[in-house]
Amino acid sequence: MEFLTDPIKVIYEWLMLTLTSWGWAGWLSQLVINLLAIVLFITGVMVLDILLVWVERKVVARFQDRLGPNRVGPFGLFQPFPDIIKLIIKEDITPNGADKVVFNLAPILSLASVIFLWAVVPLASRIYGVDLNVALLYLVAAGSIGTLSIIMAGWASNNKYALLGAYRMVANMISYEIPMIIALLIPTILVGSMSLKLITEAQSGYWFVLVSPLGALLFIIAAIAELGRSPFDLNEGESEIVSGYHIEYTGMKFGLFYAGELLHAFTFGGFWAALFFGGWHGPWAEQYPLLGAFYFVVKAMIGYWVIMWVKYTVPRIRIDHMLAFNWKFLTPLGFILLMVTAVTHSVLRQSPAWLYVAGMFLSNMIVALITIEGLRAQARRQRISAEASSKPVVADH
Amino acid sequence: MTVDQVIFFLVGALILVSALMVVTTRNLIHAALWLIATLFGAAVLYATLDATFLAVVQVVVYIGAIAIMFIFAVMLTRRNMLDDASQTNPGWPWAAFIALATFAGLALLAGQMHNAGATQSELFADPLAALSQALISPEAYVLPFEVASVLLLAALVGAVYIANRK
Repeated sequence: MEFLTDPIKVIYEWLMLTLTSWGWAGWLSQLVINLLAIVLFITGVMVLDILLVWVERKVVARFQDRLGPNRVGPFGLFQPFPDIIKLIIKEDITPNGADKVVFNLAPILSLASVIFLWAVVPLASRIYGVDLNVALLYLVAAGSIGTLSIIMAGWASNNKYALLGAYRMVANMISYEIPMIIALLIPTILVGSMSLKLITEAQSGYWFVLVSPLGALLFIIAAIAELGRSPFDLNEGESEIVSGYHIEYTGMKFGLFYAGELLHAFTFGGFWAALFFGGWHGPWAEQYPLLGAFYFVVKAMIGYWVIMWVKYTVPRIRIDHMLAFNWKFLTPLGFILLMVTAVTHSVLRQSPAWLYVAGMFLSNMIVALITIEGLRAQARRQRISAEASSKPVVADH
Repeated sequence: MTVDQVIFFLVGALILVSALMVVTTRNLIHAALWLIATLFGAAVLYATLDATFLAVVQVVVYIGAIAIMFIFAVMLTRRNMLDDASQTNPGWPWAAFIALATFAGLALLAGQMHNAGATQSELFADPLAALSQALISPEAYVLPFEVASVLLLAALVGAVYIANRK
């Protein structure tokens, strides 16, 4: 069965044969097939997004000891459809003094910046949009378009809370881009390429989470900050700035921001899987790409679940803590980790696989141990100085 | 016309129109957004020339950093986003002359290049690897690269110093 070993090629050749037999020129049918593939792929991603609304609501309900949606369809599975109908028939409000064009463009760009990412996601060994040799930089570039959409939304709403929320979010996203890039550089060093396809293929023997557990941790922390999810959801601190940059959006325009956020979280789960958890690798995934795509989606779902787990467990942190955590902790740690990884990799690259993995894992653990000891020493110093400054008060009593 | 040429003319039109809007629109934020459209058009041109690295870096650096910084600077320094002042000053004929002369000179130079025209040049096997090796090889650009890094570090230290001054 050739369809099972290379489905995309079989469908492509069949469509090509059909269209050229209608008398279409070769370049025209190629263009039409490519456009069709793009539209179908985006539609598939958006349908998945509808399902994600249900997943998110069900999981948050479990974390908060509730049942979640359970009335419409089995397990409330069809709940997103009434939600969407409600969003569509809501009144579409544009606030007074808003910049209409920019106001309407922002939610579109916000969702588009996430869908851009799917062009480089390696779903399976032979199922992917495009194999860019700069895929990881492309991820950062799409993120910067997301930043742009947020500042556009905040400014065009003509609302000070929206603008404050946008400022906070942009400060957050620009700062956490640095640990994110460092985390992306670690697989780049290990493979010697920025192509996600090559990075996934290089993990056939062992997953990179074994080679660089700290890198995986750094990536997921930076990804959560980049998503603006709790504990980094300062953009929508309800008690301070109502709901941040999308406060003035109603109906489906808000829906686009919401859908973009959910899909973004799932997509980062997918990148986490592709970079550190072997991507589509699994039993028989090499021969049957559809099985590989299934493994990839399962791993992405687990990554998405971890992001939700953190979101619904950890409270929001203060903005100065957030920036200090990035600039004084994550960024230096990331640079040290990058150097240690590069040196250990170049020393051990010729050695057998078990020694290589063990050595890399050990070097990561040493960095983690030194970090934890340093943090503990600093906490002790702070405690002692706090006790020393509070002594006179105690003596009075 | 090939597909490449169609894309080139569309993107060229986008770049020219949005660049014109940057200098003619009276709303400063809109000018910054049109500038982003111009820069994005340049990124698309790089992509059609198979310079993927340049295209992506164009988006990361120019749209993700410089344009966002422009928008922040405009928002934080301007009380009124709409300017009523005249958009030209008395020297504009000279500026127009210099711009036209520069364009004519560049067009002349580009026309004399041996590989001018609509044919695509041959590329290295992997332009990205060639670029990265050029940046760290002593025979190529390692010295300018490192000097630029030191310059950026100095700018960073200076910015921190100015921000920290009580």
